[in-house]
Amino acid sequence: MKKITVISGKGGTGKTTLTGSFAALAGNSAVMVDGDVDAANLSLILKGEKLEEHPFIASSTAVINPQICTSCNLCRELCRFDAISEEYMVNPVACEGCSFCHYACPAEAIAMEERISGYWFVSKTPYGTLVHARLGIAEENSGKLVTAIRNKGEELANSAGSELLIIDGPPGIGCPVIASLSGVDAALIVTEPTVSGIHDLQRVVAVCRHFGVPALICINRCDLDLRQTENIESYCREEGLQLAGKIPFNRAFVDSMVKGIPVVEYDQGDLTKKIGEVWKYLLSMV
Amino acid sequence: MNSLQNRPLRNLVIASGKGGTGKTTIAVNLALALVSSSLQVQLLDCDVEEPNAHLFLKPRIERTKTVGIPVPEIDLSRCSFCGYCAEVCSFKALAVFSEQVMVLPELCHGCGSCAYLCPEKAIAEKDRSIGVVENGKAGDILFSHGKLNPGEAMSPPLINAVKKEARNDMLTIIDAPPGTSCPVVTSVGGADYCLLVTEPTPFGLNDLDLAFQMIKKMGIPAGVVINRSDLGDSGVELYCQENNLPVVMKIPFTRKVAELYARGEAAVEFLPEWRDSFSALFRKIEMERQGAIEQ
Repeated sequence: MKKITVISGKGGTGKTTLTGSFAALAGNSAVMVDGDVDAANLSLILKGEKLEEHPFIASSTAVINPQICTSCNLCRELCRFDAISEEYMVNPVACEGCSFCHYACPAEAIAMEERISGYWFVSKTPYGTLVHARLGIAEENSGKLVTAIRNKGEELANSAGSELLIIDGPPGIGCPVIASLSGVDAALIVTEPTVSGIHDLQRVVAVCRHFGVPALICINRCDLDLRQTENIESYCREEGLQLAGKIPFNRAFVDSMVKGIPVVEYDQGDLTKKIGEVWKYLLSMV
Repeated sequence: MNSLQNRPLRNLVIASGKGGTGKTTIAVNLALALVSSSLQVQLLDCDVEEPNAHLFLKPRIERTKTVGIPVPEIDLSRCSFCGYCAEVCSFKALAVFSEQVMVLPELCHGCGSCAYLCPEKAIAEKDRSIGVVENGKAGDILFSHGKLNPGEAMSPPLINAVKKEARNDMLTIIDAPPGTSCPVVTSVGGADYCLLVTEPTPFGLNDLDLAFQMIKKMGIPAGVVINRSDLGDSGVELYCQENNLPVVMKIPFTRKVAELYARGEAAVEFLPEWRDSFSALFRKIEMERQGAIEQ
């Protein structure tokens, strides 16, 4: 099975719209994973129908028993996350679940309780199976949740004999990005011809190199600023990065999203042809 | 009595669930518009994974500080290989063998429990660098941002280091990262008001809802900026009406603004009407915040 991750560094460059189109172009040969667990959108265009829902438990929160607590203040002194108030109440948003207070409390008044950090789902779509998740509001462990749904996606792909796993990555370069990226066969980096797009592209290329993942570049809205597009192309040449394609600005991106369908099913013209070329090129590289 | 009541607006955070909606555009243009009306302004770019505000403000960096997480260092001459450190570590950053201790620094959250709890006092801590904080000035705007090392997973300690640069004698505008998870919560915590920037599309709406739930949970009053307000559909406006969430600004899509953004230019420097809209935005925010406090 080949694994492809779509990332961008900068948000809003068109990752999910392209991933949705790739799912449609793959013609039921792929399993999709939405790695953006704190703002998951892929199911909105793939019209996912939830088949399974599971709680995600990856950490715990300290709970202080006021009947046993002697108010000695040691936990407050030791906690590096400022998670314990003067009234000896634990702020669950700040608590990292490190258990330091639990082990250190001389009165043994602190227990660690499992917390549900989010939910993950298996959905049926017209284009194949989609595994996605919703991280709980203000929760941690987005990287672990991404790893969990990736593993589930791989398991489902294996049992169904799918040849492809397509992962829609989150923006940024932090832990959920690393969890989406490590060990895949290729990363498609979707960028845009803006100074922010280029700056963020360079940082996400550095992350790909750090983890030894081959990176291909797609320039979205390439006609927005032709000079910046040239800058990206020359950056790719200098760095030996493959350019998978350039896609011009087109309102069909927004209009198809409003309709809730992949853009390649909305537009019958040049845009769909261009996206098809990017997809073919991507497949030829893995 | 609410403690916020007599406090002027000091800490304004710009957030969004979805990426690429225009957080940095709003933060930068607001800072520039306000500083030209002789308000003292500071901008903190807390999107340490992909900081972009400096591309538009072009600050002169005056001080750079390395930020690290304290990770364990084992003194093998004192270690009895009892394994207690590995037992207490919730992040599996330590593994103890018969004559060796393995430290996995990239898993360590720097909580300090192993060093404190080690019965042999064989563990010291040393900083592992995760990134830098850079401080400087862009004209009269005080500027700070963080840059996470590529390959590094843990951003909240670096975001906290950027937030430590906040001054309490002027308006601090915080540019937050996208999403709703720990880096965002770290950036948004303690804010007096939050601007949620979105676009009028199904993705924008879905992610606005997630971001608004987060802000509500944190008890921070919020208003919405709808960017590219003439593309998409009416879902976001309906949502705002239903949830009593004030829409404090709408920005239609114009090619001119998109081109300025592409080149790394702030629109208020070129379009006088933008300067006026951003000054008006700030007055609107102050009014909305006062209303939210009085409620």
